[in-house]
Amino acid sequence: MNIVVCVKQVMDPDTPISAFVIDEVEKKVVPAQGIPPVVNGYCENAVEAALQIKAQEGGEGTITILSLGTDFVMDVMKKPLSMGADKMILIQDEHVAELDAAGIVNVLSAAINKIPDVDLVLCGQQASDWDNAHIPMGIAENLNLPCITSALNIEHTGDKLLVQSALPDGYQTLEAPVQSLITVNNLFGEPRYPTLKGIMQASRKSPEIWSISDLGVSSSELEPFLILSELKIPVSEGNCEIIEGEDDADSGRLLALKLREEKII
Amino acid sequence: MTEILVFCETNEEHLDSSAGELIAAGRKLSSEISLPVSAVIFNPNTQMIKEASSLGADKIYKVNDPKFEQKTDEIFTHGLFESCKQINPTVILAAKTSLGRNVAARTAYRLKSSVAQDCMDIRGDKNSGLISVTRPVYGGNAQAVFTFTKPSNQMVILRVKTFEPLEADNTRTAEEINLEISMPDSKLTVIDTVKQEFEGVRLEDASVIVGGGRGLGGPEAFVHLEELAKILNGAVGASRAVCDAGWLDHSYQIGLTGKTVTPDLYITVAISGASQHMAGCSASKNIIAINKDGEANIFKEASFGVVGDWEQILPAFTEAARELTQS
Ligand SMILES: Cc1cc2nc3c(=O)[nH]c(=O)nc-3n(C[C@H](O)[C@H](O)[C@H](O)COP(=O)(O)OP(=O)(O)OC[C@H]3O[C@@H](n4cnc5c(N)ncnc54)[C@H](O)[C@@H]3O)c2cc1C
Ligand SMILES: Nc1ncnc2c1ncn2[C@@H]1O[C@H](COP(=O)(O)O)[C@@H](O)[C@H]1O
Repeated sequence: MNIVVCVKQVMDPDTPISAFVIDEVEKKVVPAQGIPPVVNGYCENAVEAALQIKAQEGGEGTITILSLGTDFVMDVMKKPLSMGADKMILIQDEHVAELDAAGIVNVLSAAINKIPDVDLVLCGQQASDWDNAHIPMGIAENLNLPCITSALNIEHTGDKLLVQSALPDGYQTLEAPVQSLITVNNLFGEPRYPTLKGIMQASRKSPEIWSISDLGVSSSELEPFLILSELKIPVSEGNCEIIEGEDDADSGRLLALKLREEKII
Repeated sequence: MTEILVFCETNEEHLDSSAGELIAAGRKLSSEISLPVSAVIFNPNTQMIKEASSLGADKIYKVNDPKFEQKTDEIFTHGLFESCKQINPTVILAAKTSLGRNVAARTAYRLKSSVAQDCMDIRGDKNSGLISVTRPVYGGNAQAVFTFTKPSNQMVILRVKTFEPLEADNTRTAEEINLEISMPDSKLTVIDTVKQEFEGVRLEDASVIVGGGRGLGGPEAFVHLEELAKILNGAVGASRAVCDAGWLDHSYQIGLTGKTVTPDLYITVAISGASQHMAGCSASKNIIAINKDGEANIFKEASFGVVGDWEQILPAFTEAARELTQS
């Protein structure tokens, strides 16, 4: 089975709040000094899912990593390759910043169409920068693929996929054609660590670099539906009353008394 | 200019609680862009229609098909898409529920439009009919305002529990319209659905929640949280770190990618208060922090707190709470 995994480079979501800075005029998040970007967490889970499916097939098929962005940090972006993916295509384009979600969807869909013999498309459920959680749905609609979200397990049996999809209080098992789009998040399980051998192999692979103009996307498909008109850091009130007793246990007791006094308990 | 369409979800015999919130948001928008608020309900009963009209819908579209008994994204996306094609709404409102957010996003793209996810506020411009939304981004570390560029099929997904439903007015009536749509065969087959049995108070409905974080050190600690929850007649919740570590099942997770809760009282124990966690609980009436790090972000969100070791604080707090609430 040939699998495309869409992967996004994002700012490290564990960046301390003190290092999170916004340029309100440019409406941009300023990259934190000395904190490198990361592969979006849920995208790593999707890479893990692809590797497990490929292992089920006895190693048959190709896993292609696809990413659209600017300023790629190669050491960061190579992680999926060192985990075991076969190929990587980077659509590197300075115009990416001007695209909204619909534009990104159209570019990624066109790129997937250009990759030969794709069966399954895997995506992370949500990217931790803009938290859109809808790029995968847009791709599924564009490519007319059935779409399953939040997979817990994916099994290839015969010419079908059996996918467990998480529900708020349980899960559903769905049978889907192999040609589908599936989103993956932390519930799928921890992504594997790259092995030394994997890192060596990845270092010998060079990504294919594409640009948006290679993909035959018309300019009308890149016009935004949504424009960012303001970006700021929300203000929190921050007036917590700290309860202090003689020791921790006493503080706990005083906290209960305080909550009673305030009619909270 | 046409109308503001609300995608109402249902639970067995009633509208889902999110439907009233969406209709309230629709009414607010209606006062700005002077368009009627209509509700689309799939397989409605008379009770649901009564609820939608008393909560503020002007018009109700009824769509009936046995296929809607199965709540899959695929079936409802088809239903909402076909409805929108006939109605051609200016704005569509959906809730950020597990069904709503997927159905809304896919419908938007199928309509060749786009969608704003997880919105906390919405405004309309009377002249242009264009909608602006406020939404948290970067896990809640930043707040963005987005404005649509085309005044039709503007799809907005609202975070649940951000709008208060209006007071039900049983004298209101709404125009009822039947929509006929044909349902294609599904490309996906549901093999089975496994529902987790839940003991005690459901997290989403609890008025008191005791939440535990990674600082508890292991699953054993949750016995103490259960005990406190029982005394206060509440439920136990957790941070993602706890669920990822396998200490509790993912159904306990509160936050951006977990559940959205709005209890009167949320007691956090050894939770740092990362923005992604707060995204699911920041509308709680009172947040209490027990954390050994006085610099932890949770103290920026809490109204009362103790800086110290939970192992000392929690038993004493629980004991005092027991005495106070039982006397
Ligand atoms: C895309 C994305 C989505 C996410 N979604 C969610 C989500 O839905 N929900 C969620 O919760 N998180 C989510 N996260 C993760 C989030 O960023 C944090 O990593 C997580 O919330 C941290 O959990 P925690 O507070 O339990 O652990 P930590 O951040 O490790 O905090 C542990 C706290 O315990 C305190 N502590 C330690 N020992 C003691 C002691 N003895 N007594 C008292 N206090 C003690 C420490 O001071 C510390 O503040 C998401 C992240 C991303 C990137
Ligand atoms: N620029 C991008 N390049 C590659 N994949 C992307 C990109 N943006 C989003 N995706 C995919 O879509 C998922 C959800 O992202 P989003 O909808 O932006 O929250 C990500 O986890 C990726 O799998």
